[in-house]
Amino acid sequence: MGVEGIGARVARKEDKRFLTGKGRYTDDMSVPGMKYAIFVRSPYAHAKIRSIDATAAKAMPGVVGVLDGKQLLADGIGNLICGWMIHSKDGSPMKMGAWRPLAHETVRYVGDAVAIVVADSIAEAKDAAEAVVVDYQELPVVTDATKALEQGQPQLHPEAPNNLIFDWQIGDPAATDKAIAAAAHVTEITIHNNRLSPNPMEPRATLGIYDGGDEHYTCYTTSQNPHVARLVMSAFYNVAPENKLRVIAPDVGGGFGSKIYIYPEEIVCLWASKRTGVPVKWTSDRTEAFLTDAHGRDHLSKVKMAFDANNRIIGLKVDTVANLGAYMSLFSSAVPTYLYATLLSGQYDIPAIHANVRTVYTNTAPVDAYRGAGRPEATYLLERTMETAARELGVSPAELRRINFIRSFPHQTPVIMNYDAGDYDASLDAAMQASDWNGFAARKAEAARRGMKRGIGMSCYIEACGIAPSAAVGSLGAGVGLWESAEVRVNAVGTIEVLTGSHSHGQGHETTFAQLVADRFGVPIDSVNIVHGDTDKVQMGMGTYGSRSGAVGMSAVVKALDKVEAKAKKIAAHLMEADESDIVIENGELKVAGTDKTVPWFQMALAAYTAHNLPPGMEPGLKEGAFYDPANFTFPAGCYICEVEVDPETGVTKIIQFVAADDFGNIINPMIVEGQVHGGLAQGIGQALLENVHYDPENGQLLTASYMDYAMPRADDLPSFKVSTSNTPCPNNPLGIKGCGEAGAIGSPPALINAITDAIGNNRLTMPATPQKVWAAAHAAN
Amino acid sequence: MAKITMTVNGRQVSGQCDDRTLLVHFIRENLGLTGTHVGCDTSQCGACVVHMDGRSMKSCSTLAAQAAGSDITTIEGLAANGELHPVQAAFKANHGLQCGFCTPGMVMTAVDMIRRHSGHLDEATVRAELEGNICRCTGYHNIVKSILAAAAEMGGARVAAE
Amino acid sequence: MYETHYHRASSIQDAVKLRQAAGEGKYLSGGMTLIPTMKQRLAAPTDLVDVRQVPEMKGIGVSGRTVRIGAATTHFEVASSAELAAVCPAISGLASHIGDPHVRHMGTIGGSIANNDPAADYPSAMLALDATIITDRREIAAGDFFTGLFETALEDGELVTAITFEAPAKAGYQKFANPASRYAMTGVFVVRRDNGDVRVAVTGAGSNGVFRHKGMEAALSANWSPDALVNVTVDASDLLSDIHADASYRANLVKVMAKRAMAAA
Repeated sequence: MGVEGIGARVARKEDKRFLTGKGRYTDDMSVPGMKYAIFVRSPYAHAKIRSIDATAAKAMPGVVGVLDGKQLLADGIGNLICGWMIHSKDGSPMKMGAWRPLAHETVRYVGDAVAIVVADSIAEAKDAAEAVVVDYQELPVVTDATKALEQGQPQLHPEAPNNLIFDWQIGDPAATDKAIAAAAHVTEITIHNNRLSPNPMEPRATLGIYDGGDEHYTCYTTSQNPHVARLVMSAFYNVAPENKLRVIAPDVGGGFGSKIYIYPEEIVCLWASKRTGVPVKWTSDRTEAFLTDAHGRDHLSKVKMAFDANNRIIGLKVDTVANLGAYMSLFSSAVPTYLYATLLSGQYDIPAIHANVRTVYTNTAPVDAYRGAGRPEATYLLERTMETAARELGVSPAELRRINFIRSFPHQTPVIMNYDAGDYDASLDAAMQASDWNGFAARKAEAARRGMKRGIGMSCYIEACGIAPSAAVGSLGAGVGLWESAEVRVNAVGTIEVLTGSHSHGQGHETTFAQLVADRFGVPIDSVNIVHGDTDKVQMGMGTYGSRSGAVGMSAVVKALDKVEAKAKKIAAHLMEADESDIVIENGELKVAGTDKTVPWFQMALAAYTAHNLPPGMEPGLKEGAFYDPANFTFPAGCYICEVEVDPETGVTKIIQFVAADDFGNIINPMIVEGQVHGGLAQGIGQALLENVHYDPENGQLLTASYMDYAMPRADDLPSFKVSTSNTPCPNNPLGIKGCGEAGAIGSPPALINAITDAIGNNRLTMPATPQKVWAAAHAAN
Repeated sequence: MAKITMTVNGRQVSGQCDDRTLLVHFIRENLGLTGTHVGCDTSQCGACVVHMDGRSMKSCSTLAAQAAGSDITTIEGLAANGELHPVQAAFKANHGLQCGFCTPGMVMTAVDMIRRHSGHLDEATVRAELEGNICRCTGYHNIVKSILAAAAEMGGARVAAE
Repeated sequence: MYETHYHRASSIQDAVKLRQAAGEGKYLSGGMTLIPTMKQRLAAPTDLVDVRQVPEMKGIGVSGRTVRIGAATTHFEVASSAELAAVCPAISGLASHIGDPHVRHMGTIGGSIANNDPAADYPSAMLALDATIITDRREIAAGDFFTGLFETALEDGELVTAITFEAPAKAGYQKFANPASRYAMTGVFVVRRDNGDVRVAVTGAGSNGVFRHKGMEAALSANWSPDALVNVTVDASDLLSDIHADASYRANLVKVMAKRAMAAA
């Protein structure tokens, strides 16, 4: 490992611009003639639109235009799509209701957009938006998914009777039922996974620019995957053909899944730019973000876990109802199915699993992938169930897990996944040691003397990431392939540009991707630039989500670097009249092994471009591209241990320590990986302790529409974390990387809830474990 | 419309704006200093923190007119002569930022915090002092570490100077 | 926010005059509540009269046990005044936990009191300290000042210019912060005078805003000790219920915070 190569804690190249206020986010962009957009949104959770009258609004000062859904329809702009087809167990396809970018007949959640106002300033656009008169006929509302499935409830879409989108299953129901019938012990539990708002600190924004001269569109947007945005807007929404649409995702202030999707606002601003003849910028405020950014989680599951007399799990049965909100968002169908139920084997050798999942429409914001996406739901379910079982069986939580760990690889689970490698004992041992698990009893006794209730809990998670092998996901219903691309351009002076389809919105790609190049060629990382986020610059790519940038995006870079290296060696061999198989690249030089003959890297590059002296038949230049399609998912896994103190008088939970022991395979930059874990832990702890999207069940109003009511984790809610990694390389990609972006959010909620329930001696507790809930549960147990 | 004059990053500036214009929008739109961000509507996230007359404040909850005649420092005014301010350098060295969106507010907060505590900070104090700044990326771990490191360096430098 | 007209006052007299000349005007101090409320279009004053820089309204004076705090004094200034901390550290502590550091640099005691947010901290201190609210035209006892949720005895155009109180022998404040907003979900301010008089004021919990708890006052008058509160009943029927805490939990918090305020006093 060099000081800037693979494995080095290199300080980030991108930091200077962020630290000096020179980051360029979408809302920072402005172009001549630009105007500002405000969306008129439904104040009702469910209503028919009788009419929209914009006469008064159009006459307001500064107003450029007011456009509605009928005009959008007339211009042929298409419905928003869900890109992953799921079939119910009866073979019928999922029931997709129409999602118009601007509703013209029915609104189905508070915040559903019905019109766009374009004006000289935001304030004037807001003034005019208030003057748009929409005549609504209110309809009855349902927000709870289980209730929405009952007879006689409000119906959201005519395509989906009883609001059921699909009724899907995985695994072997008969074998699972048989195992449960034969079990020595069955643990039964109901698991609620609370609904969350992703809350990247940068609100969504978009700037749509139509150039009438070239009939060309440019879309600046807060996207995790600009190429997918361009593809979808061209292929499905009829905004513009791909060659007439440039999508730029500049600096993006966090995503966590919520910026994967193509939302109505991007589409409408591009269309409105053509309609009004001016560039149109829209920036969400935080309340709009709470109302309209795709939410995460919201599952209710009934679980039965069957054990034999030796405490081995012999069967797991899960029945889940997942709330998908008012419309099917881009990946919404995949989240509670293939990203969730395929992980229900966890780290355990479970011979029979059956999961049934029903997804449901309700009068709430669309629900889609949020950091972890399905895998946190699976992990929370399993690890709460394991903890409950350990308590019922009188076995220590660690012992019950060890009895059931998978220890031989590859391991085929009953729910599709084939685990390639792992060492679950190692992370359990590391976490127990780091947390001084064995010293807990003394700490609990000491806390009790101070009147505090101390508890400890663990969680052993596994996730599938490095999303994903294209053919495999295609066979499961995905509408796209999930490969990644890279292009490596060596300039004539030897500096290097790497163009990647991955997108960095906090992950530090500009540093880690450059480390790969520095490691390979021994050039300084300052001579390497990473280019991403612009469809005019970068070849097709699939973007960043599902912890895929390392395992998939970097693998594509490696493939491209292989090609560059091969050509560079040929050129150097020719220059030094040596055999190319004798060329080695070290410290920025190409050397003939065992001699003192060298060609500096820049000289080789210059030779490639002057082309005065290249091997016969070789094309000039040094630029190579590659596409990489992964052979399998990757399987990061680990063990998290949380220790808490509960104040029995107030129900306040204080996290005393949080230990994370992760196996991410090989690591490019440990500093950045640790940062990813810290952030994931904070989001998981936020879910477990603080965060909850709360709709009024009577009228569908969002009661947590600002930071006044939605509790975000702050610095004083959290401890410093103890993180460590083990490094069982992934055998399926060239770098041996597994991915680290989501693990913290996946593994942490059950560890925390297991710790609190341990502290208070009452297992009945739902997330978020607010002081009131913990106080009530602590006293109910007494 | 009013003409507003103030000192921003050591330079006297003026601009026309509505009385209802927020200071943050004056800074971003009129002055083109887009390092100061807006992350919420309820003055909780702290992405908009700047210094007014030497004290940290939330520019999203103050009218530009209120700030007329004041001395404002934004994130763009912190680094001198191309050298990162010690707080900026500490955030870089300790990976105290990821997406960068909350970062300007965090850095301005940290500078004010270190000054008020004369560099004498511990972890609990730093965490309590960050009550008005929300970060979604870092879990605060490395932000706290960065601020402690900067405080130690700046406190040390101050002691050396005395 | 809707259109508005901004005026900066140079004196109390100037402020009152500007406010009288305005239509549906409001005084603006730190703006930490008013500006966010206007941003959400929940308030639409035609005119704003900025009193933040009125010299007569700034500063803290301590004379013997008599404290006077100018209405435009910031929470930060209250929190960091050594003079004030020497006679009434409880109010310094209270001010040091309002909002966050940035809010404390702008927000003022006068603005907080005039707004009378049911989850604000200062009203409990004013009530428990039996403070006097001084306006441009009269003096109002705190007991008469806070009249309901966001309601005060202030007349249209009346400006809070200062508050004054006698520092008590003992005082303590503890709040339980709302996990999201960090406003007081329940805050209790306890005061004991040399003559044995006790006042207990509760903020954040009451469905009609800040209130005194007579049961606790009686118990603590008889026995100035946290233990005296053990058998006091807090009636949940007059308390707020919301998505963060229901009335029964708030009733518990009132007692626990009172006990902790006693410990801090």
